[in-house]
Amino acid sequence: MTAFLEHYNYWIAIFLMMAGFYTVVARGNLVKKIVGLNIFQASVFLLYISMGKVEGGTAPILSGKPEVFSNPLPHVLILTAIVVGVATTALGLSFIVRINESYGTTEEDEIQHMDDEP
Amino acid sequence: MIAAHFPILQVVVPLMAAPFVVLFRNGTVAWFISFAVSWFALAISVALLGQVMDAGEISYAIGDWAPPWGIEYRVDKINAFVLLIVSAIAAIVATFARASVEKEIPEDKQVLFYSAFLLCLTGLLGITITGDAFNIFVFLEISSLSSYALIAMGRDRRALTAAFQYLVMGTIGATFILIGIGLIYMMTGTLNIADMAVRIEAVSTSPTTVAAAAFIFVGVGLKLALFPLHLWLPNAYTFAPSMVSAFLAATATKVSVYVMLRFMFTVFGKFFTFEFLPESPILIFLASLAILTASTVAIFQNNLKRMLAYSSVAQIGYMVFGIAMVNVSGLTAGILHLFNHALMKGGLFMALGCIAYRLGATSIEQVAGAGRRMPLTMFAFVIGGLSLIGVPLTAGFVSKWYLLLGAMEKGWWPAAVIVLVGSLLAVVYVWRVVEAAYFRPSPDGATTVEEAPLSMLIPTWVLIGANVYFGIHTDLSVSVAKQAAVQLLGLAP
Amino acid sequence: MIVAFVAPLIGAVLIAVTGRSPNLREAVTLSTATITFLTVASLVSGVMDGQRPAVLLFEVLPAITLSFTLEPLGMLFALVASFLWIVTSVYAIGYMRGHNEQNQTRFYVCFAIAISAAIGVAFSGNLFSLLVFYEVLTLSTYPLVTHAGTDNAKAGGRTYLGILLATSIGFLLPAVIWTMHLAGTLDFQDGGIFGQGASGTVLSVLLALYVFGIGKAAVMPFHRWLPAAMVAPTPVSALLHAVAVVKAGVFSVLKVVVYVFGIDVVSGLASGQFFVYLAGATIVIASLVALRQDNIKRRLAYSTVSQLSYIVLAAMLATPLGIVGGTLHVAMHAFGKITLFFCAGAILVASHKTEVSQLNGIGRRMPWTMGAFAVAALSMIGLPPTAGFISKWYILMGAVDSGQMVAAGVLIISTLLNAGYFVPIIYAAFFKPEDGHASDQSHGHGHDHDHGEAPWTCVAALTLTAAGTVVLAFTPDLPLTLARFLTGMPQ
Repeated sequence: MTAFLEHYNYWIAIFLMMAGFYTVVARGNLVKKIVGLNIFQASVFLLYISMGKVEGGTAPILSGKPEVFSNPLPHVLILTAIVVGVATTALGLSFIVRINESYGTTEEDEIQHMDDEP
Repeated sequence: MIAAHFPILQVVVPLMAAPFVVLFRNGTVAWFISFAVSWFALAISVALLGQVMDAGEISYAIGDWAPPWGIEYRVDKINAFVLLIVSAIAAIVATFARASVEKEIPEDKQVLFYSAFLLCLTGLLGITITGDAFNIFVFLEISSLSSYALIAMGRDRRALTAAFQYLVMGTIGATFILIGIGLIYMMTGTLNIADMAVRIEAVSTSPTTVAAAAFIFVGVGLKLALFPLHLWLPNAYTFAPSMVSAFLAATATKVSVYVMLRFMFTVFGKFFTFEFLPESPILIFLASLAILTASTVAIFQNNLKRMLAYSSVAQIGYMVFGIAMVNVSGLTAGILHLFNHALMKGGLFMALGCIAYRLGATSIEQVAGAGRRMPLTMFAFVIGGLSLIGVPLTAGFVSKWYLLLGAMEKGWWPAAVIVLVGSLLAVVYVWRVVEAAYFRPSPDGATTVEEAPLSMLIPTWVLIGANVYFGIHTDLSVSVAKQAAVQLLGLAP
Repeated sequence: MIVAFVAPLIGAVLIAVTGRSPNLREAVTLSTATITFLTVASLVSGVMDGQRPAVLLFEVLPAITLSFTLEPLGMLFALVASFLWIVTSVYAIGYMRGHNEQNQTRFYVCFAIAISAAIGVAFSGNLFSLLVFYEVLTLSTYPLVTHAGTDNAKAGGRTYLGILLATSIGFLLPAVIWTMHLAGTLDFQDGGIFGQGASGTVLSVLLALYVFGIGKAAVMPFHRWLPAAMVAPTPVSALLHAVAVVKAGVFSVLKVVVYVFGIDVVSGLASGQFFVYLAGATIVIASLVALRQDNIKRRLAYSTVSQLSYIVLAAMLATPLGIVGGTLHVAMHAFGKITLFFCAGAILVASHKTEVSQLNGIGRRMPWTMGAFAVAALSMIGLPPTAGFISKWYILMGAVDSGQMVAAGVLIISTLLNAGYFVPIIYAAFFKPEDGHASDQSHGHGHDHDHGEAPWTCVAALTLTAAGTVVLAFTPDLPLTLARFLTGMPQ
């Protein structure tokens, strides 16, 4: 049980990941899919950030005296990943706008239906 | 010395050119810049391959931050080879693009189209050249995001849904890779691939490492469209603009195969991947399914682009098959097929581009009678098709040869049978097109010759000619592939 | 040697260029054919003196080269193919013009490429080259089979290509790679290339892969492409399905038996015995089927299937006499069968008749054609004084020699069957009265009766080949010497 609780950060990450993944798979609305994708990515960001944390460490700013720092590298990496995530979301949403313009809907099954008919 | 900076120039030049072209509001100028940049990238990759073959591995520390702390670009035989493939295809496709893009992309979007193309090229080259695991993720996203945009520019509105589908699946794949890299970083404390490879041995039995491997293989499997994770590919290739289909089919999946090789052999090592984890049977199983199912599905497609897309899924199966044999012949076959398949699929999709340019569509009904109307294009398609089947004196035969040799060395008879059945299925789907093109009258009864413009025909024929050339003169392709295989297996050369 | 191979290719290009002017195009065809034959013929004396010239074209993979080596068997095949190309060209000109076929340029181009490939098969110095030219032959003849472009032709072409490619990719290619894996080389060598290492079982399986893989030899159950290919124009059926393509098949079987396995090895293999029976069964069954065919070309096609299995049977007997007989039969059957196809084509051009039952009394209208038909049919049956007799004699000797009484029995039965399906045609043509009434109903054209002989080029060609079968019967020295070289028998 303690092993379970000690790693609570991983459990949170896994819970969010599954929630996001489920949304992507199960929701037919394209916007909801993008939301799910965001939750999915955010869970990975949390995973990275939490693994860089060192107990009692502070932000790695040089102050002259020796201190315990958290590992800054994962944080920096995640900054990049967040940028990528924002770009993905923007692109996905812009697709949705154009799909809505040409199909008049953002529901996946309706789009499927319209593609099968023409 | 400028030669010492080739590794970084390889990536930075297209990266810089991408925003640069947007400054010009003119499609022709944008095309010319992309064209020049692609050929420049090709020149650099040729030089790099020469350097690597002569002097061994090149390590380039970006900003002079020494690895493993700084980001390292590392060029060895295998990725020099992949760089060459990617940049060569990019150069040829960029030449081809002019007429095709004018016809298929609206005037005001052309500049952005070329910009996205350059970004995609940057991403693919970056994935290949970098020696840093996180960098792989970043470049992967650069190339993926730009390719989603490229696909969405197709004329059919279904291009949008195809691009969206690809975006969702591609992002999940990339995120999986990100998780995997994070887990390895947790275990080894490094992001440098060479450093990782050394340190991972100490922790190779840890469940975290196994989880990392699983995430990475599934993520890369999505990216390279390994059956059954291939669902995004047929739609994406079918509805993308012709030039994009040709470029992505010939390069994107190849780079993903390279990433898989890199993680399997360099990072995790062949003992971990193939002896500790049961990768070999899993991959063989999936690859066999890919070859058989995708080839069969290809037979029933009416849209030729979709047919070629399914054939790509099958051909990826061959590559994975070769890799999963984990012997020199098999791995040589896998790497060789990477190269040969780029040649044949690039050529075939370009031939379809010519057809789309003249006839407007690529369904099998539209192609009827095309043998008379576009003799050069259709003949190119036939040769490309023969190479796909693996007829002797074409490049496809050479890779099949090594694949079968590898299977026999292992004593895997069922594997050999599957490869052969795959070839026979390829005969069927290629021949449907040949029959339609040569023995059926064209739908509107036209018989006049209307070839595609030379600027499209010549690049198509360059690639198709390469299929024949590398079917006869195999020195270059086979020796490089073999050396790369030996290097990956860690055998003495 | 290179000249002989390249000349038809250059011819193909020239034909394509001169396509607009039929006269020039046909002049090119004829002169190329002549040059090719003369070049091949000039090589004969060297081979007779025991020379084995070899040419390395290029190396495709390490230890795998595309190369030519001239040896007696290939010499014979190349001679036959290139000589008959001349004759067939003469014939084709008459036929194609008389029949107003379309796409004639494509026809001549593919024809020239096919001949080039056949010569490539004949000269190939190793299994890999053999495989390459074998495939080129298949692909270049596909447009010829589907020449008419009708649904029927396409269906025939599909069967043709399907069976030939499927067997060659499915069986022959793995057989070649397996050989490479076992023996480490693919070069043809006297006495075979497998050392002591390979076990009998493996070699048996390998032999089976080769015999089935060489689908062009039309051993049952892979014979269906041959009747299917009869949708092609008659010159194609004549040269390709009586000479170049099917002979490339049996030639490959002979070559594999002699130079890859070695006669001694094959005679000790279990599957060798199996194939003797299978070839025997093919001979008898195909002859029986031929009896029931009313279409002339289909009857000839099944006759070809059965005659090809003579050669396969001879090869599988694996005795020197059998090999000599098989080799001779390559040449003898070629002359006989091409004559028969020429006759069928001539009948079609002159009278538009395609069925055996329509031939009553035709001998009086087309005496030359039907005379040639009779001579060639005698050769097929194997009666003296025709060429077929000699080769059949050797095969029979081979069978008796190796104690294969079943094989000997098959040969005798099939001779009777051959007589059974040829003699009625000859009888009907010369001795039955013309069946005017039925013909009127089926055609409704009075002028069909007024036909005489086919165009003179057709008649000249078929007379020449018919004469050839008789001449070969009296002077079989050349093929016989070449065949004996093959088995190292004393002169």
